[in-house]
Amino acid sequence: MLRILKYLRKQEWLMICCSLLFIVGQVWLELKIPDYMSEITTLVQTEGSALSDIIAEGVSMLLCALGSLISAFVVGFFAAKIAAGLAQRLRSNVFNKVLSFSMEEIGGFSTASLITRSTNDITQVQMVIAIGMQALLRAPIMAVWAVCKIAGKGWEWTAATGCAVVILMLMLTVIILFAMPKFRIIQRLTDNLNRVTRENLTGIRVVRAYNAEEYQEKKFAKANDELTNTHLFANRIMAIMQPGMTFIMSGLTLAIYWIGAILINNVSALADKMTLFSNMVVFSSYAVQVIMSFMMLTIIFLIMPRASVSAKRILEVLDTPAKIIDGDKTDSELYERGEIEFRHVSFKYPDAAEYVLQDINFTAHHGETIAFIGSTGSGKSTLINLVPRFYDATEGEVLIDGINVKEYTQKALRNKIGYVPQKSVMFSGTIASNVAYGDNGRAETDADDIIKAVEIAQATEFVNKKEEKYDAPVAQGGSNLSGGQKQRLSIARAICRQPEIYIFDDSFSALDYKTDRILRSELKKETAGVTTLIVAQRIGTIKDADQILVIDKGRVVGHGKHHELLKTCDVYREIAESQLSKEELEYA
Amino acid sequence: MPKNNDYTIGSQAANNNRPSHGPGGMRQSTGEKANDFGKAIRQLAAYCKRYLPAIIVALVLAITGTIFNLIGPDKLSDMTDLITEGLTGNIDLDAVISIAAFLAILYGLGLLFNYIQGFIMATVSQKITRRLRSDISTKINLLPLKYFDSNSYGDILSRVTNDVDTIGMTLNQSLGTLISSVTMFIGALFMMFYTNWIMALAGVGATIIGFILMTFIISRSQKYFLQQQNELGAINGHIEEIYAGHDVVKAYNGENAASKTFEVINNRLYTCAWKSQFMSGLMMPIMNFIGNLGYVVVCVIGAAMAINGTISFGVIVAFMIYIRLFTQPLSQLAQAATTLQSTAAASERVFEFLSEEELADESDKQEHLDNAKGYVEFDHIRFGYNPDKPIIKDFSAVAQPGQKIAIVGPTGAGKTTIVNLLMRFYELDSGEIRIDGVPTSKLTRENVHDLFCMVLQDTWLFEGTIKENVIYCKEGITDEQVEEACKAVGIHHFIQTLPDGYNTILNDHANLSAGQKQLLTIARAMIENAPMLILDEATSSVDTRTEIQIQQAMDKLTQGRTSFIIAHRLSTIKNADLILVMKDGDIIESGTHENLLSQGGFYADLYNSQFEQVS
Repeated sequence: MLRILKYLRKQEWLMICCSLLFIVGQVWLELKIPDYMSEITTLVQTEGSALSDIIAEGVSMLLCALGSLISAFVVGFFAAKIAAGLAQRLRSNVFNKVLSFSMEEIGGFSTASLITRSTNDITQVQMVIAIGMQALLRAPIMAVWAVCKIAGKGWEWTAATGCAVVILMLMLTVIILFAMPKFRIIQRLTDNLNRVTRENLTGIRVVRAYNAEEYQEKKFAKANDELTNTHLFANRIMAIMQPGMTFIMSGLTLAIYWIGAILINNVSALADKMTLFSNMVVFSSYAVQVIMSFMMLTIIFLIMPRASVSAKRILEVLDTPAKIIDGDKTDSELYERGEIEFRHVSFKYPDAAEYVLQDINFTAHHGETIAFIGSTGSGKSTLINLVPRFYDATEGEVLIDGINVKEYTQKALRNKIGYVPQKSVMFSGTIASNVAYGDNGRAETDADDIIKAVEIAQATEFVNKKEEKYDAPVAQGGSNLSGGQKQRLSIARAICRQPEIYIFDDSFSALDYKTDRILRSELKKETAGVTTLIVAQRIGTIKDADQILVIDKGRVVGHGKHHELLKTCDVYREIAESQLSKEELEYA
Repeated sequence: MPKNNDYTIGSQAANNNRPSHGPGGMRQSTGEKANDFGKAIRQLAAYCKRYLPAIIVALVLAITGTIFNLIGPDKLSDMTDLITEGLTGNIDLDAVISIAAFLAILYGLGLLFNYIQGFIMATVSQKITRRLRSDISTKINLLPLKYFDSNSYGDILSRVTNDVDTIGMTLNQSLGTLISSVTMFIGALFMMFYTNWIMALAGVGATIIGFILMTFIISRSQKYFLQQQNELGAINGHIEEIYAGHDVVKAYNGENAASKTFEVINNRLYTCAWKSQFMSGLMMPIMNFIGNLGYVVVCVIGAAMAINGTISFGVIVAFMIYIRLFTQPLSQLAQAATTLQSTAAASERVFEFLSEEELADESDKQEHLDNAKGYVEFDHIRFGYNPDKPIIKDFSAVAQPGQKIAIVGPTGAGKTTIVNLLMRFYELDSGEIRIDGVPTSKLTRENVHDLFCMVLQDTWLFEGTIKENVIYCKEGITDEQVEEACKAVGIHHFIQTLPDGYNTILNDHANLSAGQKQLLTIARAMIENAPMLILDEATSSVDTRTEIQIQQAMDKLTQGRTSFIIAHRLSTIKNADLILVMKDGDIIESGTHENLLSQGGFYADLYNSQFEQVS
């Protein structure tokens, strides 16, 4: 938790120091108030005091209260500024850090966890800093000071206050020990309940088809009971808190007066009695301050562990170095653009024992189409992810236009590439903004480029059906578009970029055969001379590629054209047989 | 994702014992408003009827406990008077002790009563929330599928958890607090005026001035809270979007643009975050000041009156406490008002869901089919998810027992709709579907479902062991039967390689490929062992080599069963007895594979497009 404080700026440290001063001032003023009260008390008790004296004391007391209020404003202002400022900086640092990550680091954290770390966790830290600044700094000062002030006024009262503090601490400890762990369990049980409900919702057709409603409800009832019982236990303990606090406060006041009565009775001189009496009145208000301070401290201890977990999670992200290091080349001298070469490329995940890819060799020349086929998990996607440097090859080299991809700046490298992922990604905005997405290092995309790209991607028809055409809104995650529509826009995005190299990672799967075919033939016509890497499941999609690489368990088990592979490669033939009829196979 | 944003900044430390929803403070203080506050609260009250006696007992206890605490200062004042009187002579210690003992008992009883109140409310509120949750869960299974077309899962989930939690919290904490606060407020007011009306007026006057100041600040801060909430939503949306599309952002060099947008929102968030943080931080000091102000006013006026001899000093002591008791509930009441608002909104959402129209009751249906032969007729059926836009216009077809019927066609042709109608997930607009001559509308839905095994494109597995997933809700299935089914679909060997075999728990970490998951759902369909079979795009999410395996498993499943197969890979349905080609909700061609190819129509076109050269 403390390490996160190093992200505070000098100016903010200065603010913290200022706040500290103001807090000391505030505590001093607040503790002064009972002094005036005691003065007033004495005045009231003394025969013949003038009302003006009392008013003077009252005004002084009010001034103290006002001063304390102003100090609290100032401290609150600093605390808010510092907490929000730190949150802003952390959020921005984490966000930019994540942007610099490669797939490897993202995979290590998981996207969902990174989202929580950039949002919830930072909010958590902001809150604890804001409250901490006001309470954490103030409570101990207040407690110590108040204790000092009352210490000399009678050990009997001090002992009573001590007792009250001990009882308070005992009560809070019991709550923390018994109820707090339950709240952690409640979190898990809530997730569990959510999961069961989600299961029922996502599988609603299956549930109905199997007449499993009762089965699901039983499962839900179990999760529900578990959650309820834990809640019950925790809440029943927590219920002691409020009445307990009231009891301790009132009890302490009573005790102080009770003790006071006996003490006063024991002395004989009137002056001594007067001093004792005013001490008693003052003591009762100081004692309340002491109790309050201890309670504040306990609350802080309750929030602290959660916030420090959050802080740790944030720091984990910030401390992770980005694996991909930028090169310095921005372009190559080679005249023939779009040449890709893999030289003995192997790849494994950092901690994994087994290679995902082993000894991959091939060269794609300018304008060629290279296809990769193989079963799920064979490593095809990983292979093409090495080209835009989503990962770096563990061994061997990946070259584009004769230069190792590691030597390019990432920006220059990616300007050469139009990448279409397996899962179409849409950003909230419009159709046009999605197609024109990104920066290709050249001029701004104009409307004609977008229209052209959409047309090649076979998306014109559905775009024109929209009322606002190209300005039709796209919701977050493209939730207002169908899978096929998203895929076509995602392809249009790559086309609009006018790259040297296309990478299609199984990007035609949501299209029906006909659209798939038309799209590819249009693409070929319109963008001649662009090298294409394509991963596919369907033989039909890749049959006419210039080179087909058959990948199995991370190795190339076949390399050639369709008709060659049918003869030479068993794996390829198996795949083909599953999709094509005998006649078609013979025809090929 | 729940509809309501969970990432909120809380202003109150008190919310931190609920780690589940982040510090939900803001959600309450910004308060969504219910459309009809009164109705929502009435509905909730009606729902809680069963627990009303317990609630009333709790409330009575709360009032009594509060009154005890109110009597305290009065007695304390008597005690002070006794001491003051004794200053010049001897204190009547016996009287002091008897008052003190009385007070001690009173405080003790106050503690006891308030705790019992808290205990009862905790219990009742949990019982009510449990019932709400379970009612919602039951409701999910009673709603027509139509409902889920227009409502997101996240929305329903958020009702089960967030909304119910909000209601529970209010019942647990706010209701008791509200009642004690009101009692305390009125009681303190009464006691003050009863003790001394001049001082009471002065004290109340001072408090009201302070309170006006506070209301002003609250109303100002609301704006910032709301703004902060919106900005938080915006920034979380942006973060989610960019992280989820990370590869595309990188591949298209979109980092700078993303970063720029982020900074803009982040700066806006910073501004309203510190403002709302500052505002919420002001509340406590202002409350303190109001207390002090009242205090001084009471002291000065009290002192003046004491000098005149109008009142005793004990009155001042009592007033000092009354002022504290009077100002305390004010802020609690203000808070309770906003809590009640969001509770009303939550219960409105919950009860709205609970009163959604359910599936028709079918307990009076007489017809029953136990073991259908599998003769299925579609007789001029017509259907649209939205009655104005028919999806299926006039669909007729006949399936003979044991036949394999394939339904093909482009996306949006209505293939899955046919299955939905066959399973009676939706009701027909007109026409009839008959199984063995009995219209499905005459059968109960359970009966119809029992007649079919179904395998869907989305493999649906739940968190549980492999065995549980295969057996699902079928009763009396032995381990041998499970193994047999898994052997039949060819996944038995794989399961045995897993460390826990059939007891391996399937969850997010389970390393099952899409194909293996699909094989498990097919095994589940085998266990179900119904007379007919529906396969809805069951192989489209797996690669073609796994598909062969699944294909073989499915062929085993289709033996002797009338089966309906939807596929977009035409290779999988070539051996069907009847292929129905659908387009725009109608059958445009039908026949066997060879038949249709030789017709050279839409099907032939579709089929050949798989193999054509790109030119």
